[in-house]
Amino acid sequence: MTDAVIIDHAFILAAILFCLGLTGVLVRRNLVFVLISLEVMLNAAGLAFIAAGSAWGQADGQIMFLAVVTLGAAEVAVGLGLTLLLFRRFNSIDIDQLNKLKG
Amino acid sequence: MDILWLIPTLPLLGFTILVLSSGRMPREKARVVGIGSIALSFMTTLYIATQYYAAASHGLDHGAGFTVSLWPWIVAGDLNLNFSLYLDGLSLSMLFVITGVGTLIHIYASGYMWDDPDYTRFFTYMNLFVAAMLMLVLADNLVLMFLGWEGVGLCSFLLIGFWYKDPENGFAARKAFVVTRAGDTAFAIGLFLLFRELGSLEIQEILHRATDEWEVGANMPTLIAILLLGGAVGKSAQLPLQTWLPDAMAGPTPVSALIHAATMVTAGVYLIARTHPVFLLSPTAMTLVASVGLITLLIAGFTALNQWDIKRVLAYSTMSQIGYMFLALGVEAWDSSIFHLMTHALFKALLFLTAGSIILALHHEQDIRKMGGLRKQLPVPFWCFLIGSACLIALPPTSGFWSKEPILLAAWEVDPVFWAGAVLGAFLTAIYTTRLMILVFFYTPEGGPPETHEPKGWQLHPPLIILAALSLVAGAFHLPAADALPHAHEHHPPLWVEVTGILLPLVGIFIGYQVFLKEKWQGLRLANQQALRDFLAKGWGFDWLYDALLVKPFLTLARLNRNDLVDLVPKGVVVASTQCYYFFSRGQNGQLRFYVATMAAAAIMIISLALFT
Repeated sequence: MTDAVIIDHAFILAAILFCLGLTGVLVRRNLVFVLISLEVMLNAAGLAFIAAGSAWGQADGQIMFLAVVTLGAAEVAVGLGLTLLLFRRFNSIDIDQLNKLKG
Repeated sequence: MDILWLIPTLPLLGFTILVLSSGRMPREKARVVGIGSIALSFMTTLYIATQYYAAASHGLDHGAGFTVSLWPWIVAGDLNLNFSLYLDGLSLSMLFVITGVGTLIHIYASGYMWDDPDYTRFFTYMNLFVAAMLMLVLADNLVLMFLGWEGVGLCSFLLIGFWYKDPENGFAARKAFVVTRAGDTAFAIGLFLLFRELGSLEIQEILHRATDEWEVGANMPTLIAILLLGGAVGKSAQLPLQTWLPDAMAGPTPVSALIHAATMVTAGVYLIARTHPVFLLSPTAMTLVASVGLITLLIAGFTALNQWDIKRVLAYSTMSQIGYMFLALGVEAWDSSIFHLMTHALFKALLFLTAGSIILALHHEQDIRKMGGLRKQLPVPFWCFLIGSACLIALPPTSGFWSKEPILLAAWEVDPVFWAGAVLGAFLTAIYTTRLMILVFFYTPEGGPPETHEPKGWQLHPPLIILAALSLVAGAFHLPAADALPHAHEHHPPLWVEVTGILLPLVGIFIGYQVFLKEKWQGLRLANQQALRDFLAKGWGFDWLYDALLVKPFLTLARLNRNDLVDLVPKGVVVASTQCYYFFSRGQNGQLRFYVATMAAAAIMIISLALFT
């Protein structure tokens, strides 16, 4: 297999992972699973960066991946904290019920 | 001449003092301020008059006047107006009438209105009126004149509606205001045209330029003269804007005497006399002035025959006498017109004040059917009313005769039709005045004459007696107005013309005497024909006509437009934004998954747009 084919496969994998993550965010009602699906989407994006970086022989892709991982860590920290608070307050983490912020 | 400004300022000062006291001033003091300001103004007029005659005897040009410039008023581009006063024979004559008759009426009113709770307010308005009227006649430019013109209109409105608690009075006040406003609009348009065409609003400047720039009979002076005539017609209650004057009798009687007989309603005559060079440039407008006067005097004369309210009879006779003044203006008898204005101011003020005394003695009864036989009970009003009536009928040698006779002769010179109409008017005047005299003072109704009570105030009789004396002798006065106006031609009509003018009123008195006192010749009574009587009593149906032509369509339009058709566009904007708000706010439903799906869909759309286009 040539490099180009491998990179194509990597992009396709990243796209599939992204779609899986998005589907998880859309269909899951449990807030924890929504966060996990978000994490999947972030990692799909990270994979795409890595693949692109290796395709052009540039270090930028890996630097962006580091940024994505940092972002994901921060997001999970805040997200889990909010989830904990929501569970304490409403005794539920079903996001369809947590709809008090409507216009 | 340097104290000329005091004449309008004194009444204005009186007004200011009274209006600042806002009704808290005791009646005794309000009376002193109210009468004092006008009386002082009259004294100033006398002093100014001596100066005027002194200057005239030192070889002053005939017709030249004095200008007293006070301060620049409006300076904008080409427009340069000064607050300046102008005194010549014409304005001096008017000053005499306004301050002289005004003082007497104020003295009378101080007694007449004594029991009224709004005594101070009455004098406040009266002083403001006199100030505005003086401003009108002294104004050196047409804009300042317009200020006075609108000022007297405002005071007329306030005083007609003086007893505002009765809705009828408020209606009469609004009617007077709106109807005269129609004329004022024409006047204002005339002013704009004058400024556009001649570039000035100073009266003397205009009159010089007009004669220099325009030919006799040109279109522009005709148009301007007709517009000015429109203003004059509105203020002076002439055809076709005469309908407000009879209703204006809703005001207190001294108001009727001062504003609606002696001064304000003659402002139109003054305006035409003041701008006479413009009118002289337009034979059409002159004929129109004379015709308006003639038709009004006939219509008003016929209507007066059939009124039962003593004040309305006098109101219609005022209209008819002002008709004579317009006729005189139209036939170029300028000084006769102003002379008739002066004598009319005296005898009509006398008649109104006497009527006020009668009304007061009968506890505010104005219906002449409920009067009768008052000759013995009210001797002073009887003699005063008799003198006033004699002047109104123009019996020689009262002042009315000396002022009306030249008008008849001048009318004969121009067109015998004018003369015939005027003589017919004089005949009618004699009949309705005799009718009024007889029904009020001679004819004893069944059940005897009504109860009277002696009026309390001492102020009521002296003004009546002074006015009666003046009415008798005023024919001998020589008014300074003649200096400021073109000299009338010498009239030498045939003898029978003069004799007819004198005899016909006598015939009228005789007929009135036979019909109303002896109760013969009842076939002559117009009142026997029901339809004719209603037609005449309602002032020839003018009110009905204007109601149908103007008031009702306007009200219909107003009713149609109750929901503000024009506002539909702004209101539509409001409705559209509200609907949009509801639509978009439905998207914000608090469902996190819905938001994510929307974002994803939007991202897909944007990316596909970027990719496939």
